[in-house]
Amino acid sequence: MEERISMVHGSGGAATSELIGAIFAKEFASDTLDKMEDSAVVEGAGRIAMTTDSFVVTPVTFPGGDIGRLCICGTVNDLLMRGAKPKYITCGFILQEGLEVSVLQEIVHSMAECAREAGVEIVAGDTKVVSGNGELFINTAGVGFVPEDREVSAERVCVGDAVIVSGNIGDHHAAILGTRMGIVNDIKSDNAPLGEIVEALFEAGIDVHTMRDITRGGLATVLKELAVGSKTTIELQEEKLPVTPQVKDFCGLLGLDPLYMGNEGKLVALVPADQAEAAVAAIRGAKYGQDACVVGYVGELEAGSSTGKLHLRTRIGGLRNLEVLQGEGLPRIC
Amino acid sequence: MEKRTLAEMRDFLANYSGEKLHIMEVCGSHTAAISKNGIRGLLSPQIQLISGPGCPVCVTPTAYVDKLVELALTPNTCVVTFGDMLRVPGSKYCLSEVSGQGGRAVMVYSPMDIFAMAEKEPDTTFVFAAVGFETTTPVYALLLEEIIEKNIENVKLLTALKTMPGVIEYLCEHGASIQGYLAPGHVAAVTGSKLFAPLAEKYGIPFVVSGFEGEEILEALCELVETAGAKSKCEKTCELKIDANVDVQISGSESKKLVRNCYPSVVSEEGNLKAQQLVSKYFIPSDAAWRGMGIIPGTGMELRPEYAKYDAGSQGLNEDNKRNKACCCDQILMGKMQPQQCPLFGKVCKPLTPQGACMVSTEGSCHSAYVTM
Repeated sequence: MEERISMVHGSGGAATSELIGAIFAKEFASDTLDKMEDSAVVEGAGRIAMTTDSFVVTPVTFPGGDIGRLCICGTVNDLLMRGAKPKYITCGFILQEGLEVSVLQEIVHSMAECAREAGVEIVAGDTKVVSGNGELFINTAGVGFVPEDREVSAERVCVGDAVIVSGNIGDHHAAILGTRMGIVNDIKSDNAPLGEIVEALFEAGIDVHTMRDITRGGLATVLKELAVGSKTTIELQEEKLPVTPQVKDFCGLLGLDPLYMGNEGKLVALVPADQAEAAVAAIRGAKYGQDACVVGYVGELEAGSSTGKLHLRTRIGGLRNLEVLQGEGLPRIC
Repeated sequence: MEKRTLAEMRDFLANYSGEKLHIMEVCGSHTAAISKNGIRGLLSPQIQLISGPGCPVCVTPTAYVDKLVELALTPNTCVVTFGDMLRVPGSKYCLSEVSGQGGRAVMVYSPMDIFAMAEKEPDTTFVFAAVGFETTTPVYALLLEEIIEKNIENVKLLTALKTMPGVIEYLCEHGASIQGYLAPGHVAAVTGSKLFAPLAEKYGIPFVVSGFEGEEILEALCELVETAGAKSKCEKTCELKIDANVDVQISGSESKKLVRNCYPSVVSEEGNLKAQQLVSKYFIPSDAAWRGMGIIPGTGMELRPEYAKYDAGSQGLNEDNKRNKACCCDQILMGKMQPQQCPLFGKVCKPLTPQGACMVSTEGSCHSAYVTM
């Protein structure tokens, strides 16, 4: 095997087979994939959740994770947010010539490991090589199955719901940006599959109204969209927002706001207020959920307002209106 | 005096019932922090906060943006800038639009990132859009020091550097009626709180240097309201005379009375002498053009003549052509108008479709007003 990817690896011929055999088939080995057919035939019926996502993060490896782990987490978390049990994943790799094979190997390995952790099977894949300077992109599709008794949807947001965040916010964004800027700190990406958290909520009998993973745009963008969609006013308590001191300092240094920073292993769940305590306890008992807390509540639409609002009660008692993220945010964060 | 608790500060500011006070926060970071903490809603209707000309990209005239666009469109030239500047409208284009025209402008978080780019592409000239106040100028001085030390040929600056005292004086003479200034903590960290003494003395207006946390701003506002309120009461009853009989902590000489430092952990009276020396090594005071205010003598900094070869053409960039004639950024920067009073605000002028610079930067008064509307 050569050290770097070249156009020949995308030919569909011998070099492609060698690449697939040496890396993808080895790491992703399973009864389904090993058949190497044009498509995977899998078991399943009922309520099927499907999603797709593309991953272009730079750099491809960062503190706490890499694009391989990230693409599995991003895909399974999207399925989980509808109450689905993630089952199958497909992945399309777009490799630029010049990519070091050892880097690809490391990423594919990390992907396989994360898929095992998340309990999903990678059942199909594709590789293309394009000219360029050694970058790597991954597109995925995910399939999951939604149990009959689960109805998780933005349409179910209700006045009186408690807003629960599964842990500290801002870490992924800060880790990516810090790496790009060469800022030395110990902030790590939170990229993680959230299956244990979601299952813990249902096992505890929580009537989860809606869940969203808090990716690009951050918590404020996600909740503002929910408030607008449900014509409610969501009020957050600034002092309740979970942010580590390291991320807080990092934000202070660069003028960033954790409310608008992307995460890759955090969800926000809206549940009936009388179940909030049980929901927080369930999440805290699950892997990646130890810092979960209630950060606010859903209230009636403000008098005289025709659209839903998101408010932040600040530490000093002021009220701040929050809009969706304006402008570009941080490009290529996932 | 005992330091007030948060509850006491809120109580004092919410229930102030003296003369109407207009307090200007000069610094863009204060504008952003006031919005972020929801401070306006905590104040008595008798206290009005007005944003001043302290957002660097807001005060930069269009001629400077146009020059950046021109440079970005020049072959083998790349403009390097902080994010805010990318979307400030020039008279025809903003920098973020030049890549569609074959030009190059890139955003960095640290000016020092320019060196890696310059090393990688020796045949390209990289021009840093050096805008800012006393706070940022030392960073550009460091940049220049490295350019000179390492003999780097392909890095230049396009400067639009500003200084605070002259523009505050201009506002005292020509701007809205202001009874107190929330003085910029970051600027004061470099210059020292003494910077504001001559102004306080000349115009009899209190200046309180503040930090940027919610409580720090409340504390500074309490000081300002107390001093300005007492002064305005005094003006009515005893002809502009401030003495120890009024119920505020006033002592020492006239100017010291009015300048307070509520940010002593970061700001000293003398400031950061090292930074001041570094700045004066490479820059000299100059006249500067401000959006809406025209050229104000002695309110800028430019490269010393001996370093002119590192300048990408910063001279004479004074013209200010509004892209949208109805934009009121100029009036807003002088505190004569509130963002909500501009006919474009929230209608055609929004953060994603800014018609004027004040809607672009997170430190701009229109942007702050829009996102907290």
